[in-house]
Amino acid sequence: MAITLDRVARSFLLAELVSGMALTLRQFFRPKVTINYPYEKSPLSPRFKGEHALRRYPNGEERCIACKLCEAICPAQAITIEAEPRDDGSRRTTRYDIDMTKCIYCGMCEEACPVDAIVEGPNMEFATETREELLFNKERLLDNGDRWEAALAKRLELDAPYR
Amino acid sequence: MDAFLATPVGHLALTVAQAMALLVPLLIGVAYLTWAERKVLAAMQMRKGPNVVGPFGLLQPFADALKMLMKETIIPAGASRVLFILAPMITFMLAMLAWAVIPVNDGWAIADINVGILYLFAISSLGVYGVIIAGWASNSKYAFLGALRSAAQMVSYEVSMGFVIVTVLLCVGSLNLTEIVRAQADMWFIIPLFPMFVIMFISALAETNRAPFDLPEGESELVAGFFVEYSSMSFALFFLGEYANMILMSALITILFLGGWYAPFDIAPFNWIPGPMWFVFKICACLFVFIWVRATFPRYRYDQLMRLGWKVFLPFSLVWLVLTAAALKLFGWLPVA
Repeated sequence: MAITLDRVARSFLLAELVSGMALTLRQFFRPKVTINYPYEKSPLSPRFKGEHALRRYPNGEERCIACKLCEAICPAQAITIEAEPRDDGSRRTTRYDIDMTKCIYCGMCEEACPVDAIVEGPNMEFATETREELLFNKERLLDNGDRWEAALAKRLELDAPYR
Repeated sequence: MDAFLATPVGHLALTVAQAMALLVPLLIGVAYLTWAERKVLAAMQMRKGPNVVGPFGLLQPFADALKMLMKETIIPAGASRVLFILAPMITFMLAMLAWAVIPVNDGWAIADINVGILYLFAISSLGVYGVIIAGWASNSKYAFLGALRSAAQMVSYEVSMGFVIVTVLLCVGSLNLTEIVRAQADMWFIIPLFPMFVIMFISALAETNRAPFDLPEGESELVAGFFVEYSSMSFALFFLGEYANMILMSALITILFLGGWYAPFDIAPFNWIPGPMWFVFKICACLFVFIWVRATFPRYRYDQLMRLGWKVFLPFSLVWLVLTAAALKLFGWLPVA
């Protein structure tokens, strides 16, 4: 009897509705979680897979040895490599293209690379106005590498213990 | 000046000026209600809401309006053209029309008629025609189902709303809105008639098709409900009409239960603020609760909606009406007309 009375009282006094309203009102005054994106950015993991880059050794020599492991493993077949021996006899790429419209950012290329040449950097803001601009060539990738080298090296260092 | 106003032309000019003085702030209010809704909903979901266009996103409504104006009006091939265009006009016009009798301050009503509350009730009932015509003229199953739901819902909740209004009228002894507010000079009706206030508020939610009773436009099942086929300004008119109706219902609740333009206490800091300010402030408080409810509750199922309307609100308000009448008679509190 007391329980039924309690239930009737609750439903007539809209107890549940009022407690629900109280909850939303509390939320109303709580700090907002919104990040004001172009001006504020959320932290990125060192493993974040963004725009690709080809790295160089500190002496300026490009790392890539044209082993084509990345080309072979790329599930989207976005990478195209052509290679021939350079004048000094070392094996280098003559062409290293990534079709960024095909790339699925799986990170297999950087996993496959034996010399840490091709890496995916922290940059994700490389939207373009034309499709052609997303067909990256070797020049563009090396340029990315030069521009992001500090961040790339830091990322590799942070991730090294887990490799 | 007085001589000019006495002429038919002068009278017309005065009425137009009065209507403008009321409708222009009302439409700006509607614009900012959409902004406020987005801000409040955002805050309750721990977001920020519009904050890019102007300071605090304050220019957002105008950006939206401009966008709406630029869009193409699409009339579906199977639609009944005349009715299709007429429907949003009816909705919008009725939403504006009702404001003629709303007293913003003592004596500040465009038409201070003695059947004010009846007029309001009639106009808000007519609102369902805009919806039905829109749903029918669109020649689309979603729009049609939305319109049917809306019609059933409005009719169901108007009944209990009618009883709530009758209860208030018993305590006032007049159908004149100004008189209703004057009767609350000493005590707002929310205090003695609190249960009726709750019923009135929930019915107002249903009447304006707001969450949790927004079945006519239930996004998840009916796309947008009765105005799926509408675009551009014809859509905007529905939108404006819906929000104007929200403000109208808040005004009605304010007049019936929250003491219209009266300050809560007739003492120093409160009675410095002029009546119209209090009126607007009370409407804003009501609207905040409208939005707050939307942020809190999930949508009712159709059968639950009907059950609430017919099996809970109707008997409850009827019983309360009889109780009120009995109490008034027994204790001799009946108002002397």
